[in-house]
Amino acid sequence: MINGLKKWRLFTLMTALIFFLAGCGREEISTLIPAGGVAQDQFNLLLLSSAVMLFVIIVVTIVYVLAITKFRRSKLGEEMIPEQVEGSTKLEFLWTAIPIVLIIIIAIPTVYQTFDLADTRTMDVEAEDGSMTNLTVNVIAKLYWWEFEYPEQGIVTAQELVVPTDQRVYFNVVSADVKHSFWIPSIGGKIDANPENTNTFYLTFNQESSELEDGVFYGKCAELCGPSHALMDFKVKTMNSNDFDQWVASMKEEQTPPSDALAQTGEELFGADGLGCIGCHAVSGVGAGNVMAGPNLATFGDRNRVAGILEHNEENLKAWIKEPQDFKPGNQMPDVKSLNGGQDVSEQDLDALAAYLMTLTVEQ
Amino acid sequence: MSSIAKKSGFGATVWDYITSVDHKKIAILYLISGGLFFLIGGIEAMMIRIQLMKAGNDFLSAGTYNEVMTMHGTTMIFLAAMPLLLGFMNAIMPLQIGARDVAFPFLNSLGFWLFFFGGIFLNLSWFLGGAPDAGWTNYASLALASESHGIDFYALGLTISGFGTLISGINFLVTIINMRAPGMTYMRMPLFTWTTFVASALILLAFPPLTIAIFFMVFDRMFGSHFFDVAAGGNTIIWEHLFWIFGHPEVYILILPAFGIFSEIFAIFSRKRLFGYTALVFATILIGFYGFMVWAHHMFTVGLGPTANAIFALATMIIAVPTGVKIFNWLLTVWGGNVSFATPMLYAVGFIPSFVAGGVTGVMQAIAPLDYQLHDSYFIVAHFHYVIVGGVVLAIFAATHLYWPKMFGTMLSEKLGKITFWLFFIGFHLTFFIQHFLGLMGMPRRVYTFGANQGWDLFNAISSVGAIFMALGVIIMLVNIVLTTIKNERVGNDPWGDGRTLEWAIPSPPPFYNFAQTPLVRGLDTYWIEKMEGNKEGMIYAEPLGDIHMPNNSFIPVVMSFGLFVASFGALYHPDGYSWTIPVLVIGLLITFGSMLLRSLKDDLGFHIHKEDLIKDREGVKTDGHK
Amino acid sequence: MDINKKYTPQSWPDHPETATMEGKNKFVGFWLLLAAESVTFASLFATYLALKDKGPSGMEFTAAGLFELPLVFAMTMILLTSSLTSVYAMYHMKNHNFKSMQAWLAVTVLLGAAFLGLEIYEFNHYVHLGFGFTNSAFSSAFYTLVGTHGAHVVFGLGWFIALMVRNAKRGLNTYNAPKFFLVSLYWHFIDVVWVFIFTVVYLMGVIG
Repeated sequence: MINGLKKWRLFTLMTALIFFLAGCGREEISTLIPAGGVAQDQFNLLLLSSAVMLFVIIVVTIVYVLAITKFRRSKLGEEMIPEQVEGSTKLEFLWTAIPIVLIIIIAIPTVYQTFDLADTRTMDVEAEDGSMTNLTVNVIAKLYWWEFEYPEQGIVTAQELVVPTDQRVYFNVVSADVKHSFWIPSIGGKIDANPENTNTFYLTFNQESSELEDGVFYGKCAELCGPSHALMDFKVKTMNSNDFDQWVASMKEEQTPPSDALAQTGEELFGADGLGCIGCHAVSGVGAGNVMAGPNLATFGDRNRVAGILEHNEENLKAWIKEPQDFKPGNQMPDVKSLNGGQDVSEQDLDALAAYLMTLTVEQ
Repeated sequence: MSSIAKKSGFGATVWDYITSVDHKKIAILYLISGGLFFLIGGIEAMMIRIQLMKAGNDFLSAGTYNEVMTMHGTTMIFLAAMPLLLGFMNAIMPLQIGARDVAFPFLNSLGFWLFFFGGIFLNLSWFLGGAPDAGWTNYASLALASESHGIDFYALGLTISGFGTLISGINFLVTIINMRAPGMTYMRMPLFTWTTFVASALILLAFPPLTIAIFFMVFDRMFGSHFFDVAAGGNTIIWEHLFWIFGHPEVYILILPAFGIFSEIFAIFSRKRLFGYTALVFATILIGFYGFMVWAHHMFTVGLGPTANAIFALATMIIAVPTGVKIFNWLLTVWGGNVSFATPMLYAVGFIPSFVAGGVTGVMQAIAPLDYQLHDSYFIVAHFHYVIVGGVVLAIFAATHLYWPKMFGTMLSEKLGKITFWLFFIGFHLTFFIQHFLGLMGMPRRVYTFGANQGWDLFNAISSVGAIFMALGVIIMLVNIVLTTIKNERVGNDPWGDGRTLEWAIPSPPPFYNFAQTPLVRGLDTYWIEKMEGNKEGMIYAEPLGDIHMPNNSFIPVVMSFGLFVASFGALYHPDGYSWTIPVLVIGLLITFGSMLLRSLKDDLGFHIHKEDLIKDREGVKTDGHK
Repeated sequence: MDINKKYTPQSWPDHPETATMEGKNKFVGFWLLLAAESVTFASLFATYLALKDKGPSGMEFTAAGLFELPLVFAMTMILLTSSLTSVYAMYHMKNHNFKSMQAWLAVTVLLGAAFLGLEIYEFNHYVHLGFGFTNSAFSSAFYTLVGTHGAHVVFGLGWFIALMVRNAKRGLNTYNAPKFFLVSLYWHFIDVVWVFIFTVVYLMGVIG
C-alpha cells in the first residue's frame, strides 16, 4: 500500500515533469533549455525581464480589475454624472518614474551583455605552441545548406557542425547568395549571414550532444531565404576536446576505399566518369570553404539526417538523389536523371550510389 | 434650382462617390476598400494557419506559402489597417475640429484613388504570374533573387499607394493647423485629432525613405542599376536601414490613431473627462518623436556592432515610458467614472490587457542580447500580432461600432457586436499567446512547414483553432453590417448619449457642408460643456448664418491615379524585353502629368450654398427626421 | 474670392500668397511637402555616401578621377543666380507689378534651362567615357541622386512656364498669387539641394 502510494507520487511527479518539459520544447532546439553559455546568459535575461514585466502586469491588472468592477453603470445608475477630474501631477510623476527605474534595472545587464557577447578579443590569440587558443569556424550559408570550414585545421564539412565543448568557438558567418541567419537555439542567439560582409561572434557548448535523445543539436536558418527556408536545417555535434581532436585527425586522413562491390560501383558512378557528382561534392574532408558548389560529403555516413531534414537511411537518400526538388523546392542540386543525359537511372545504380555514400565516414 | 439639390439613381450615386471630394464620402470609400482588403488579408491568414495546423502539411506548396505570407503582411499593413484608419480620420477629424472639410478636398480624393489603384495593382500579381514572395519587409538580396514579377508588383504597387498616403498625411496636417474652428486651440483638440496629427507627421517623414528604397528596388530589378547588387558594389543593408527608418514609424502611424480612438471611447463610455489630457498629448508626441530613433532594433542580428545595438536597445526601452503613461491615464479615466459596457467600450477594455502584453514583450525584445534569440522566431510573430491585432485591429473594430451611427445614421447591433468581440478576443489570444512559446522553443518565423518531433505540434494546432474563432467573429460582424443596413433605424446627433466632442453635436450623418455655422469652441470636450450648461443646440456659433463656399467634385483624381497604374505595367514588363513597355510607361505618365496640368490650368473655384438653402435644409431636418 | 476682381498696387494685399484660406493652406502644405522632399533627398544622399566609389572589382571610375569642378562650378553659379532672379520676381509680385514679375520669371526659366543643358551635357560626357547608369553601384547612386535633382528642375521649369502662359493675359490676383509664390519656393528648395550636391558629391568627391 505504502509502496503503491510512493509509485503513485513518483508517477505524478514524472507526469508533471514531462508536461513541464513539453512546455519548454525539446532539448535539442529549445531556448528554454540552454545548453551553451550564450544561451544561458540570454535565458537569464529572459527570466529577469519576465520578472520585471510580471510586476508591471500585476500592477496594471490590479488597477484594471478594480476600475472595471467598481465603476459599472449597472451599480452607479444611468443618471449619475461623475466628477470631471482633470488629472494628477503626483500620479503622472509616479507612473513616469517607476517605469524609468524598471528600465534601468534591465538596461544595465542589457548593455553589459551586448558588449560581452560581441567580445572577440580572445579570437586570434596564439598559444605557446603556435596554435590558436580557440577554435574558429567559417560558416558559409548557401541556398538551403550550410558549409563549415575550419581554417586552422584545413578541413571543411557541411550540414553537421562538429565542435568541442570546453572552449569558446568563434564563428565567421557569411552568405554566398541571399541573406540567411545562423541560429542554434539551445546554444545561443542568432547572427545574420549577409552577402556583403562577414559577421563574427562566439558560442560555447556546455553539453555533449551524445547525451541528447537525437544525438545532435538542431540548427536553423532564421531569415527568409526562399521557398525552402523552412528546410534549411543543420545539426550540431558537440564532443569533448579529445574526441574533437580525434575527429579532426580522421577528417584529414584519406578515406579508405569501399570494400564491397556494390559500394565500389557506387564510387564509380559518383566519379567523373559516372554521373559526375564529384564535380560539386568533395568526398575528402581536407580543403577550404566556398570552393565546391555542393556540400562536402566526407562525413556523410556519420550524419543524422539526409539533406538536413530526412531520416538518415538509404531509402530517403535514394529518393533525395532522384528528385531533390520534391524535398527542398528551389534547391540547386540537379536531379539524377539530368546528370544521366536525360535517362532514368536504374534502381541498382541508385542502390550502389547510396551504399557508397553511406561508407563515407570518419567516426569509427 | 437649389444649390444643394442632388440627382438620384444608382448610377448617379456611384458617379457622385467616384468624383466626390467630400471627406465623409471619401471616408466611406476608404472603409469599403480597406474592409475588402482586410477580408483578403484575413483569408490569407487563414491559409497560413491551415498550412501550419500540423507538421509536414501540404495544403500550400513552399513557393505559394511565401506568396501568401508576404501578401498577408503587405495587405494587412498597407491596404487594410492604414486605409481603414485613414477612413476614420477622414470621417471624424474634420468634424472634431469644427471644419467644413479637409484643407485640400481634391488631394483627399487623389490620395484615396492612388491608394486604391496601388492596392489593386499589387493584388493583380495573383493573376499575372505570382505574388511577391520575399516577406512584407522584402529584404533586398532575396527580393533581387526572386524570379517572378511578384516583387515588381510589390514595388510599383506600394509606390503608388505610398504617394496616396503621403498626400493624405500632408492634407490632414494642414487641415489641423489651419482649419480649426475659433477657440479650438491645440490643447483643446480631441485626442483622436491629436493622434491623427502626430501620425500624419510620421507619414510625412517616414514614407519618403520607403519610396526611395522601393525606387532603388525598381531600378535594380527593371532598369539595370546596382544598389543592392553585392557583386557590383551594392549593399543590401541599405535596404534594411531605409525600410526600417520607414517601418518603425509605420508601426506608430498605425497604433497612434488606435490610441486616439480608445481615448475617445474611454472618455465617452466612462462619462468622464480624459484623465491627464496633457500627459496623453505629450506622450503621443514623444512616442512619435522616439519612433524615428529606434529603427535599428529590427536589425540587432545584422551585425551593426555592440555600440549601435546598445544605443538602439536603450532608445527603444525609453518608449515604454510614454506608452505606460498612456495606459495608466486610460485606467484612471475609467476610475471614478460611470462605465457603460457598450460594444466600443468592450473593445477598449479588451485592448488594455492585450496591448500591455504586446508592450512588455516589446521591451523584452529591446534587450538586444535576448533579441538574438527572439528575433525572427515565432516570439516576434506573437509580439507584433499582439500590438497590431490587440491594438490596431481592436481599435478599428471599436471605431466601426462607435462611428457607424455618425457615418451612416444607424446603429450596429449591440448584441451581434458583443458576440463578435468575444469570439474575436478569445480567438486572438488563443492564436497568438501560444506563439510566444513556439518562438522560445526554437521555431523560426516565415517557415512554410515544420518537422514533427521538434516539440511544436500541439501549440501550432491550438494556434490554428484560435484563428477559426477570429474568422467567425469577423463573419458575424459582416452579418451585423448587412442586417443593420437593411433595418436602417435612424438615430439622432448623439446616439451614445455621452458624446463629448463636436462630431456628436451635428446630425448623423452630417449634412455635406458639416456645420451650417462654424462653431465657437469654449474648452476641451466642447459639446459636453454645452450640454452641461443646458444648451439644447449643443454648440454656440462663431459666425452668423451665411453662404458656404464648397469645392466642386472632380474626376481628375481617378484619371491621375489611373495614369500611374498604366505606367506601372510598362515598367513592370520592361525587363522582359517587349517593345511596347516604354511607350506604355510614357503614355501612363503623360496621362498623370497631363491631368495634373489640366488641373493646374483650369480654374476650379467651387460653388456657394446660399443662406436661404441652408435655412430650408435645416427646417427639413426638423420636419423630415434626420435626412 | 472673386477671380475677376481687378487689383491695383494699392488694393493688393501685403501678403497676396496667404491672403485667402486656399492660399494659407497651400502655403503650409507646401512647406510640409518640402519637409518630405528633404527626407527624400537625405535618403538619396545617405545611399550615395554609402555607395560612393563602390563597384565591381576592377572598376575604373571613382569620384576623384571623374568629376571636373569648373563645369559644375559654372552650373552652381547659374542655379544660384536663377534663385536670385526668382526672388526679384516675387518682389514684383508683392508690388503687383505683373510685367516685371513675368520678365524676371522668364530670366529664371532661361537660367534654369541653361543649368539643365549643362547637366545633360555633363551626363552625356560621362556616358561617353563609359560611366553609365548600370556601370556600378556608385554610378547608379550618382545618377539617381543628381538625376532626381535634375527631374525636379525639369518639373520646376514646366511649372513656371505653365503658370506664366496661363496667366499672361489676366494678370495677378489672389487666386494665382499663391501659385507663383509656391513655384518660387520650390525653386529655392531645388537650389538648396544643389548646394548640398555640389558640396557632397563634387567637392568632397574631388578632394576627399
